[in-house]
Amino acid sequence: MVLAAFSDFMQQIVSGLASGGIYALLALALVIIHRSTGVINFAQGEMATLSTYIAWTLIAQHGWRYAPAFVATLVISFVGGFAIHRVVIRPVERGSVLRIVIVTIGLLVAINGFVIWKWGGEPQQLQSPFGTDTFTIGGVVIAAHDIGTIAVALGIVLLLWVLFRFTKVGLALRAAAVNPDEARLVGVRVSWMLALGWGLAALLGAVAGMLTAPTVGLDPNMMAAVLIYSFAAAVLGGIDSPIGAVVGGLIVGVLLNLLGYLSQYDAVSWFTEELRLPAALLIILVVLLVRPQGIFGKPEVKRV
Amino acid sequence: MRTLLELDAVAARYGPVQALHDVSLVVREGEIVAVLGANGAGKTTTLRAISGVVSRTGSIELEGKPLKGGPEAAARAGIAHVPEGRGTFVDLTVTENLRLGAYTRRDRSVKADVKRVAEYFPWMLERGGQRAGTLSGGEQQMLALGRALMSRPRLMLLDEPSLGLAPLIVREFFRIVRKLNEDEGLTVLVVEQDARIALNASTRAYVLEVGRVALTGPSQELRDDESIRRSYLGY
Repeated sequence: MVLAAFSDFMQQIVSGLASGGIYALLALALVIIHRSTGVINFAQGEMATLSTYIAWTLIAQHGWRYAPAFVATLVISFVGGFAIHRVVIRPVERGSVLRIVIVTIGLLVAINGFVIWKWGGEPQQLQSPFGTDTFTIGGVVIAAHDIGTIAVALGIVLLLWVLFRFTKVGLALRAAAVNPDEARLVGVRVSWMLALGWGLAALLGAVAGMLTAPTVGLDPNMMAAVLIYSFAAAVLGGIDSPIGAVVGGLIVGVLLNLLGYLSQYDAVSWFTEELRLPAALLIILVVLLVRPQGIFGKPEVKRV
Repeated sequence: MRTLLELDAVAARYGPVQALHDVSLVVREGEIVAVLGANGAGKTTTLRAISGVVSRTGSIELEGKPLKGGPEAAARAGIAHVPEGRGTFVDLTVTENLRLGAYTRRDRSVKADVKRVAEYFPWMLERGGQRAGTLSGGEQQMLALGRALMSRPRLMLLDEPSLGLAPLIVREFFRIVRKLNEDEGLTVLVVEQDARIALNASTRAYVLEVGRVALTGPSQELRDDESIRRSYLGY
């Protein structure tokens, strides 16, 4: 009995980590754009949904195999994110933060409308690249998709870390984000770097979307809730901290999953699935009140 | 000596404020040229006009070729601009700052150059992993100089390097600049509020007054002329 409860618990941890990996990817996308453009990209979720529909079209309608469709989707998303910055964001970038925010909300609505117009509202099925198998390790049943999701998320995070830490373009991306004026003086083409950041964010969203669709089903509003969870993750970790986004994503994923799991006990049986979104918003609220800079963020110092 | 940089009737403005009216100056290869003047005379704007941070009219030529476009283009043309307030990337490490200095270079000898630069600033090797924001003001100014060197510039622009630094550190800074000038033939255009130290370090100087060149001459002559010192340089 106790053992069964424990393996159940472990199972929830693993699937929480899988969801958390997805939140981490999308939170990373939010962080990259927030660091460079200074706003939360509200369209991040819809961009991911659009990417996922592109993957679905290639696989389900054009008969592509998963791997090439995955790669093609990443490339298309990267180019798309890059283009969104050049065409839509750059013209308003020198304006107030509010203007950029409103443009990203406009993007959200526009992309959502486009997806419904193009593919209709009814849910579609996107296969998992990892199949539907389950393993049993020490009595813990683990879905291959969960393990694959965790592995992909960690792999992407690692690649991104190498890019930012060790490559010349990564260094330029960081310099352009934190100190654009000085970056220009050393020859960095800052506006291209910002577009590159949007491309990377779109690519991260595409991965998050393709990993989300197999479990929740592909529909035009698939990423709406995921974006809120990712936002909670980014705020918890620190909105300007890439490490924070990853740690925050995993924490939010596990936490929300465990809360749902606890509802089997009478004392907290009222905590059902529907309360997950409010719980995420509660996390955002508490963090903003108690520690606005998040776990890994630096407190903002305003000089007067 | 060959002419490296030539400004002819350069003007620049910030919105409605005309900061430069008519500045013409020449920097020859291997020189250290100082630009002096009171607050608001247009010293910083002159440097910003050269590196394209502000838009300007008139002609600016580097080795006979017109300098066009923004600071990215100026950096590629071989200008290393160390802005006022040091311009180090405080969130990045010492080594990362140096690597960024070499951003416009395509060759592979960047690592060797970090060593070359560190000969002038030995502490940078030992503290390569330290965040630039945690350095002292003097160290940050040295790092800004080291980063500028990493681009192997044709011309280095230094904006008020003495600002906020102790006199001893300012002297050390200018000692290194002179050594670079002698050892490597580095050409420097330096803007300074502290006329005394700038005149000691430079070969020639220009004095700006409200956006115009008021007078120019060899630094030694300006230094020795008491009436000039009194009326323009305030010491």
